Amino acid sequence: MKTKFTTDTKLESEIAYFQNINLKLESGDIIDSFKLAFKTYGKLNVDKTNAILVCHALTGDQYVAGNNPITGREGWWSRMVGPNKPIDTNKFFVICSNVLGGCAGSTGPKELQNGSDVAYGGNFPSVTIKDMVKAQSLLIENLNIEKLFSVIGGSMGAMQALQWAIDFPDKILNIIHIAGALKHSAQNIAFHEVGRQAIMSDPIWKNGKYFENNEVPERGLSVARMIAHITYLSENAMHRKFGRKLQSRDIISFGFDADFQVESYLRYQGKSFVERFDANSYLYLTRAMDYFDHDETFRKNIEFSHNPNNHLKYLIVSFTSDWLFPTIESKMIVNQLNSLSREVSFLEIDTDKGHDSFLLEEPQLDDVIKGFLTNNFAKIDE
Amino acid sequence: MNKINSIRKDWSLIETLIAEDRKILDIGCGDGGLMEQLENNRNAITHGIELNRDLAANAIARGFNVVHGNAELDLSQYSNNSFDYVILSQTLQAMMKPKDILSELLRIGSKAIVSFPNFGHWKIRLQLLISGRMPVTESLPYTWYDTPNIHFFTIKDFLNLCNEMNIVIEKSIGLTSKGKQFDISESITGVNFFTHEAIFLLSYKNFEPIKIKSSKKVFAKNSVIAN
Repeated sequence: MKTKFTTDTKLESEIAYFQNINLKLESGDIIDSFKLAFKTYGKLNVDKTNAILVCHALTGDQYVAGNNPITGREGWWSRMVGPNKPIDTNKFFVICSNVLGGCAGSTGPKELQNGSDVAYGGNFPSVTIKDMVKAQSLLIENLNIEKLFSVIGGSMGAMQALQWAIDFPDKILNIIHIAGALKHSAQNIAFHEVGRQAIMSDPIWKNGKYFENNEVPERGLSVARMIAHITYLSENAMHRKFGRKLQSRDIISFGFDADFQVESYLRYQGKSFVERFDANSYLYLTRAMDYFDHDETFRKNIEFSHNPNNHLKYLIVSFTSDWLFPTIESKMIVNQLNSLSREVSFLEIDTDKGHDSFLLEEPQLDDVIKGFLTNNFAKIDE
Repeated sequence: MNKINSIRKDWSLIETLIAEDRKILDIGCGDGGLMEQLENNRNAITHGIELNRDLAANAIARGFNVVHGNAELDLSQYSNNSFDYVILSQTLQAMMKPKDILSELLRIGSKAIVSFPNFGHWKIRLQLLISGRMPVTESLPYTWYDTPNIHFFTIKDFLNLCNEMNIVIEKSIGLTSKGKQFDISESITGVNFFTHEAIFLLSYKNFEPIKIKSSKKVFAKNSVIAN
């Protein structure tokens, strides 16, 4: 395997190039060479026991902490990851990579096809959560880390963490799985499908070849984001934030302008999303989530894995108001692990902030993550 | 005896019933206090269930394997005989279906440890006799309309239930209201009168398999296939 690391000064992140590696995907397709954009925070200790992989959610990227040069804003989990934060970079070496199929520097539909000057677009092969994790495992291997102390993620990140536990239990010690599930539910697939249809019915999308004319299917992508954003909140949170309050006016307009604050907010979310995210990538990544399904197989995979996984510790967290990945889905994982007498902890956090809670101010989430990591790290240090 | 002392005393007695290096499930584990004690003093591997969200979060943050959940709904997920001991401390009287819980404890664990306040204690009997109202005591400090304790029972009641369920009482410790400790099984008279709190180590009766000569299969008396 030929691997090469370079620093992308434009993106201010490292890029790992895997040349002629022939990565076989779950679909059967093969990517001969690919690259992963990643960021690291903190220092790897001498024994290499303090490495944590953070997996990002659907529209996240490698900029988990610090400054994100793409948006000019703080990293997506900078309230959780950093010096003296719950995932303390004074103590841990934190790695976060843009997923395979993403659009923040890793190989994905907007990158050039190998050996050509045309982007993949719709020719990019279908990728799954398993493929993303396989690519990440190659990155970790090439960073010369034998064992990750922890793999942590929320939503699509939780799916990746669970996949790590299934595919590479010998390379990790624990996972923190937040607001996830064994499978993507019918309702979740339905919402994703609406989002994809919005993108694909935008005339500018052109079967994924919009980049040929330097265009972006802005309308479709922003509608997709608006729909998805609703599913990340809860009715109570929306009511608390917006109610029926009007935006920049005292009376309703009897028209279709954004009369209500909630409309204006969603429009803003849609608009700012198209500036940072690739429409094709959105299609591929939502599909990867849809295909995620360990409902029937998880217990068997854990019980009969030829890779020893008895040592694994699991922290599973859900939120009361999350209707996208409701508590019942997390409890299914907990039930199956308990039936196998595995070391699992589970907490349902009481909040009205919906699925997005894992990204927001939730002191109890901070406490359990910090405590779980600190105490379990102390145990391996003994 | 205040509540905290009572729990500590309870824990230290529970500890005496547990052998080294065992796997333990603590139902209603709070913030993991007993789990910590058993990990430190008995080198136990511990798991816990806690209904209260904040206590469960504390226990998890302290590094214990704790599932936030309801024992009456969530015990079914554990496999048969997956623990050496299952502990139910001071909670049986608050369960909706105490009998079901008892059989669950002994399904999941080889042994169960159950502790509870004795409703047959003389102070309680006296209160009911004299005042004619539901007793309120140190160990049962709630008024009848606002109490988590919905199933009151005495040591005699408990012994009868164990007998009915073919449960063996391996050890039993009684505590008087002054904190004096004695062996319930060795004291014949007045136990139900003087025991303030009781702690029991329970297991199922071992049935000798009856060999049926005509068949290759061996059936146990309680119809479990032994081989």
